[in-house]
Amino acid sequence: MKIPYYPGCTLKTKAKDLEDSAIAAAKVLDIEMEELPRWNCCGTVYSLASDDLIHQVGSIRNLVRVKEQGANQVVTLCSMCYNTLKRANEFFLADEEKQDRINRYMDEEIDYTGDVAVVHLLEILRDEVGMEKIKAAVKKPLTGLKVSPYYGCMLLRPASIGIDNTERPTVMEDLLRALGAEVIDDPYKTECCGAYQTVNRKDVVVTCVHSILTSAQRNGAEVIALSCPLCDFNLDNRQKDILQTYKGFHPIPVLYFTQLMAIAFGLDESVCRFELSYNDPRPLLKSKGLIE
Amino acid sequence: MKPRIGVFVCHCGLNIAATVEVSEVVKAIKDYPGVVHAQDYIYMCSDPGQELVRKAIREKNLTGLVMSNCSPSLHERTFRNLAASEGLNPYLVEVANIREYCSWPHQGDKETATKKALTIIKATIERVKRNQALVPLIVPLQKRVLVLGGGVAGMQTALDIAEGGYPVTILEKEAYLGGRVRQLDRTFISLESAPDLVNEMIDRTLKQPNIEVLTTAQIENLSGYVGNFEVRIRQQIPWVDPDKCNGCEACITACPAEVPSAFDRGLVTRKAIDWTPGERSGDKSIFLDHQVCRRVTHQENCTACQEACKEGAIAYPEDRFIEQTYGAIVVATGHDLYRKSALTEYAEDPDVLDALQFERMLAEDGPTGGKVMRPSDGKVPKEVVFVQCAGSRDPDKHFPYCSKVCCMYTCKEARRYKEKVPDGQAYLFYIDIRSTGKGYEEFVKESVEKERLLYLKGKVSKIARQGDKLLVLGGDTITGVQVEIEADLVVLAMATVPNPGAKELARLLNINTDPYGFIQEAHPKLAPVETLTAGIYLAGTSQAPKDIPHTIYQAGGAASKILSLFSRKELVHEPLVARVDTEICAGCGYCRDNCAFQAVDVDPIRKKAVVNEALCEGCGACATACPSGAIQVKNLDSKQVFDMISIVTQDYSLQP
Repeated sequence: MKIPYYPGCTLKTKAKDLEDSAIAAAKVLDIEMEELPRWNCCGTVYSLASDDLIHQVGSIRNLVRVKEQGANQVVTLCSMCYNTLKRANEFFLADEEKQDRINRYMDEEIDYTGDVAVVHLLEILRDEVGMEKIKAAVKKPLTGLKVSPYYGCMLLRPASIGIDNTERPTVMEDLLRALGAEVIDDPYKTECCGAYQTVNRKDVVVTCVHSILTSAQRNGAEVIALSCPLCDFNLDNRQKDILQTYKGFHPIPVLYFTQLMAIAFGLDESVCRFELSYNDPRPLLKSKGLIE
Repeated sequence: MKPRIGVFVCHCGLNIAATVEVSEVVKAIKDYPGVVHAQDYIYMCSDPGQELVRKAIREKNLTGLVMSNCSPSLHERTFRNLAASEGLNPYLVEVANIREYCSWPHQGDKETATKKALTIIKATIERVKRNQALVPLIVPLQKRVLVLGGGVAGMQTALDIAEGGYPVTILEKEAYLGGRVRQLDRTFISLESAPDLVNEMIDRTLKQPNIEVLTTAQIENLSGYVGNFEVRIRQQIPWVDPDKCNGCEACITACPAEVPSAFDRGLVTRKAIDWTPGERSGDKSIFLDHQVCRRVTHQENCTACQEACKEGAIAYPEDRFIEQTYGAIVVATGHDLYRKSALTEYAEDPDVLDALQFERMLAEDGPTGGKVMRPSDGKVPKEVVFVQCAGSRDPDKHFPYCSKVCCMYTCKEARRYKEKVPDGQAYLFYIDIRSTGKGYEEFVKESVEKERLLYLKGKVSKIARQGDKLLVLGGDTITGVQVEIEADLVVLAMATVPNPGAKELARLLNINTDPYGFIQEAHPKLAPVETLTAGIYLAGTSQAPKDIPHTIYQAGGAASKILSLFSRKELVHEPLVARVDTEICAGCGYCRDNCAFQAVDVDPIRKKAVVNEALCEGCGACATACPSGAIQVKNLDSKQVFDMISIVTQDYSLQP
């Protein structure tokens, strides 16, 4: 199947590892993610933090681009992009008057009617591909790798747009099990990573991330799997700050679920772009015999 | 006979007279066709005012009265009684409401108000012209009460009524009396034994000669109305004969059906045939629970217990049906706790209990013999977290209401825990402490100060298994810090919800439930023990969450309402009911479908609508639904309505 794909800014810079591994892994499952032409910023915090119509225009315009492709579905990888675009859609559908104003404002584009479904890759894997098919595509099962999935907030909250149960999600667990990994259940998997506090309140993020990582480690995790580039930055890069505050902390590698898919599907290591990780996961993966 | 109507216009002090030009109204109405007397007075309801009306009835030989004053809910009865005492049929008296409908809303606009008052009065005169003299309906009264539920609410109501001398039947769906209270360990605030309290009540109930107790019985069908409810009851006859059973337990060993014990809230299992839960020690008897027996659940012809029994005490007779007429019904079906699995942020873990499970653990007659232990490994828990408002006061995700008793029983449970594990630590998360009862606040204060219970004001966001412990994440909003507790046991004060089946029962009884399934009282303040269906009353937690004292108050209230009902020889019903003109009725049944009181039915043979006058409330829904005008409400038929409309719309007539 072919599906328009909305990357978002980080996927082209810091989270290139997410994009490359996702596109390659999806291809194995006959999903062709076709990058949307002329996409712009998803809106990020601006569209979520304010009721102003103008802040929604960026988000909606991306959905118009999807319509221009003749499609009614768009897939995202970044949890934040998923959240913003889906909520922009909700915001738009809730008020006819606002729909009208936004469409008048964007006079060069075709009118948007709120009929584009925003989906996350995890939803496609669960609902359209199915775990059985994924299991069948595994060439190098992640046997013995103890992975703790981490959802953060953007995939699950608010409940109206969440891809799974807000408090007890299982989609990533099911996926990782299909890939052959040993799944670790970490009670902190839906707790906040500190998000944008990382910019000016590093200490807050350090506290949050330290609880998340040590809890996962206490439960036996060797690696964390996630889907959000911002979570990834906080959980991975902030470990150097954690080390300064918490002396006994042991660093732990953090990977995107798509990187684990790529490894399990036996794809070339280069699509995983491991060099972008702060904590190099390669020694661990090598010790498990998953990469050369 | 030509109508001779008297019109009486009240000033109501200045309430009416300041806005309506009363003297002008009287002048204008004096010569209206059919009116033979018109008069105004400052307070028509006062003794001299009433005397004026009496005098006019006598002297002018009036055939109808139009009382132009306040709302009929205030003085319709006054003037109808007055008419009756003067020999004038009370149903020939109508009120023209010129206060609430006219002078009050039109203050400062005398011209409009006066004109409108005149219109209202003229319309009422037209109505009275077609009014008929009616006689109240007499309905027989069966002085026998059915109480649904054998918990403290049901037993207390039954005892109060039985002691008043009337026969009562208690229907209990379980095999034992005592309801939820029977499952408890102690009561707050006296910390006395709940089983002792309830057993004393059960004793009195069983010994009371006017009370008949039917266990494992449920109501199957209901028809009729206040004074005459026809009830069909289905009772499961015990499959074990208590006279033959010697308690050898051979049947229990043989039984293949093992299920979580409902009475012990799943802390232990029981066989389909087992000792009766909640029986008083000493008279323990073996009981076969039909709901879990494979003969019922799997439609199997399992006879394992019968084969094992050497005394021949076991047989499998069919259910029996009882048909009986009751004058009144009391709903006392109690409550349940919200299911733990609804709170997905809290782990489904053997060491996360709901409050009733913990009660069973504290209770001496419980599965642990009163010993507090972790279900997972039997260790004594040293750190116990109690979570209040688990599902209550959470309008977004669960229930907006306060479950009312959790603050108190959580405090009590924590105290009992400290009694049993003195070196243990109890943490109590709360939103507010609602200790509004006599001595309640003192109980909580004492628990904090003397028993050192650690109260934390905040909610618990997560409970998760962390190795040997349960990780509890929460907030303490007073110090503003996030709290992490590694607990051995967590007790959730789950929201109180109606018993499953309450909605279905309500439908069967034709009474209402609130949005959460609690039985709806007729009025929250003025009629809290009645339902909107006459003759059906309420007691206990089937209406709303409440503690034992409040349950007893309400049970007493329901009983006294019924005793007052039974103090009459027979029931009198307003004659303002619907009437069917069988010459016109085509038997379409629209009236039946629109009746909220199930008072109309279509005779299947004659194909005509039939009104049960005892049930009819005279609302007129049938009359508006009838396509041919065959069904009409007495003294408010369509001719009267059209006459009134013609008066009111005179100024807007299309004719020039």
